[in-house]
Amino acid sequence: MTHTDWPLWEVFVRSRRGLSHTHAGSLHAPDAELALRNARDLYTRRGEGVSLWVVPSSAITASSPDEKDPFFEPAADKPYRHPTFYEIPEGVQHL
Amino acid sequence: MTTTSAAGTAAATAAALALGDDALVLSHRLGEWAGHAPVLEEEVALANIALDLLGQARVLLSMAGDEDELAFLREERAFRNLQLVEQPNGDFAHTIARQLFFSAHQYLLYGELASGDSPFAPLAAKAVKETAYHRDHAEQWTLRLGDGTDESHARMQRAVDALWRYTGEMFQPVEGVEADPSHREAAWLEWTGEVLRRATLTVPDGPRTGAWAAGAGRQGLHTEPFGRMLAEMQHLHRSHPGAAW
Amino acid sequence: MATAAARDTAGSRAYGVTAGADDTAGHEHAFDAAVAADERIEPRDWMPDAYRATLVRQIAQHAHSEIIGMQPEANWITRAPSLRRKAILMAKVQDEAGHGLYLYSAAETLGTSREELLDKLHSGRQKYSSIFNYPTLTWADVGAIGWLVDGAAITNQVPLCRCSYGPYARAMVRICKEESFHQRQGYELLLALSKGTPQQHAMAQDAVDRWWWPSLMMFGPPDDESQHSAQSMAWKIKRHSNDELRQRFVDICVPQAASLGLTLPDPDLKWNEERGHHDFGAIDWAEFRAVLKGNGPCNEERLTRRRRAHEEGAWVREAAAAHAARHSNGETGATRA
Repeated sequence: MTHTDWPLWEVFVRSRRGLSHTHAGSLHAPDAELALRNARDLYTRRGEGVSLWVVPSSAITASSPDEKDPFFEPAADKPYRHPTFYEIPEGVQHL
Repeated sequence: MTTTSAAGTAAATAAALALGDDALVLSHRLGEWAGHAPVLEEEVALANIALDLLGQARVLLSMAGDEDELAFLREERAFRNLQLVEQPNGDFAHTIARQLFFSAHQYLLYGELASGDSPFAPLAAKAVKETAYHRDHAEQWTLRLGDGTDESHARMQRAVDALWRYTGEMFQPVEGVEADPSHREAAWLEWTGEVLRRATLTVPDGPRTGAWAAGAGRQGLHTEPFGRMLAEMQHLHRSHPGAAW
Repeated sequence: MATAAARDTAGSRAYGVTAGADDTAGHEHAFDAAVAADERIEPRDWMPDAYRATLVRQIAQHAHSEIIGMQPEANWITRAPSLRRKAILMAKVQDEAGHGLYLYSAAETLGTSREELLDKLHSGRQKYSSIFNYPTLTWADVGAIGWLVDGAAITNQVPLCRCSYGPYARAMVRICKEESFHQRQGYELLLALSKGTPQQHAMAQDAVDRWWWPSLMMFGPPDDESQHSAQSMAWKIKRHSNDELRQRFVDICVPQAASLGLTLPDPDLKWNEERGHHDFGAIDWAEFRAVLKGNGPCNEERLTRRRRAHEEGAWVREAAAAHAARHSNGETGATRA
């Protein structure tokens, strides 16, 4: 990083109350306070948000695409976790 | 101006013009930054502030008459804005100092107007939120430039010193605005002084009015750069009398 | 384009190049399969170096175009003839800065910093769209840019919302949504002029006469001369050929010009029943190449102004970085909402 190269921040926007924050994009800012303000100006200028998070990009730990299979495939073969796995006699309600 | 404007009385019309011109002229100056800002994020921030101010100007000027006639067909001596807002952008420090001084004043003024029962209350209630953000933006940058590098500190101090003499005008009584400016002035001095000190800057001890009597801008006496600004702003509109755009 | 630093930290970060490239054949297979299945490629997926380089080049050029493209329109902000038009124009130029930022942010997911991209723009090693090397001589040019230049850009950009690279596609979705007002305001502006005084009408016609051909050039060289097209289509970065999009644009514009009461400056422009499209005259590709090479009316001015803004802003960026370095310990930032 050169002395004028501001760090990168990831921006998360809550579009309305009741929804969670969703990743919107990134921006550069020298510090968290300006990152928040830049995020407000850049990602909510059409009223897209009611709350913002900014996170230094360098603070994000990501799963590796190389380990995609061991990470995520085992979850795909457990159909008994889903309600449609179970057969219920016709006429039984509220279940 | 006539007394039949949307503002109601002649005094209210005069006040709409004064406050509307402040917003219009400062918006125009900020618009001059487009394509020149020190960093792209700041292009967006400055334009947001300019758009807020232009929105305020349109409401206020429409209270006083036809917004376009007032903006484009008045001569320099008929404009009622503060001299502070017409000052050229200078470097980014000058723009920030101008924003700091003006938005702190506007925040206090709109705050008072919002809670009163003048014709400006609805506009002020909306604008005070916009202005709170403008003030915060200026504060954040004042802190960073004042307490940044030696160069930025020197530039910010120069800007504060240069614009200080235009700040007294903000607290002259304005016809049609009933609120008493003297306690607003005390609050302004306290808040601004505190920001400057936190930014490691020196609060100037020079006079807060120029050689002209304080309140000159409100009487239509402006500074030299203002005429050139108006020439640019009004040229196209005036070249096509009566045309619709 | 990945830097050594990006490679080192790739194991834990959201962006950058994946470390283990030992199984290139397997990776390539997975990549091809994902593209074939119309799935999106995401930042840390393995991708061919040439795919990455093509994307960086294209996204950067696109971002640079947004930023340089602010200049011809900003040229009229201080002279806009009504307060309504002034607000619209300011908001539009602001959007362009915002779009530049979305795009730089997409490019950064490929391991290239914005600093590096700006440096390449400023030193002329990366290009921006040649259209912005034409001057805005009258107010009507603001309308012509909105209608024709933004219209051409939208025609180009809508298919990019389905581009195979996720971050680019997502940026384009946001941009296309926001751009819909850009074209409309230009059309409305021209319509007001066309229906206005004779002088205003003449101003509108003159602007359309000057912007029509350069707008057609925005789709790039004809398909048989386009260097990158075939590979980009195969990678689903591009979805339609240059000529296909150009034709679509011409077909859209002809009736729009008629309802504007303005003519398009092409004597050969006519409906071809057999093709179901409009035929149009030959494009002056010599002009296109000249402007591309730096010999357009404003190349020098645009780049100089951009460089100057960057250089004059250096002390501001340094100040904020110095302030952040000094105050980072006591920083509280925002609390979780």
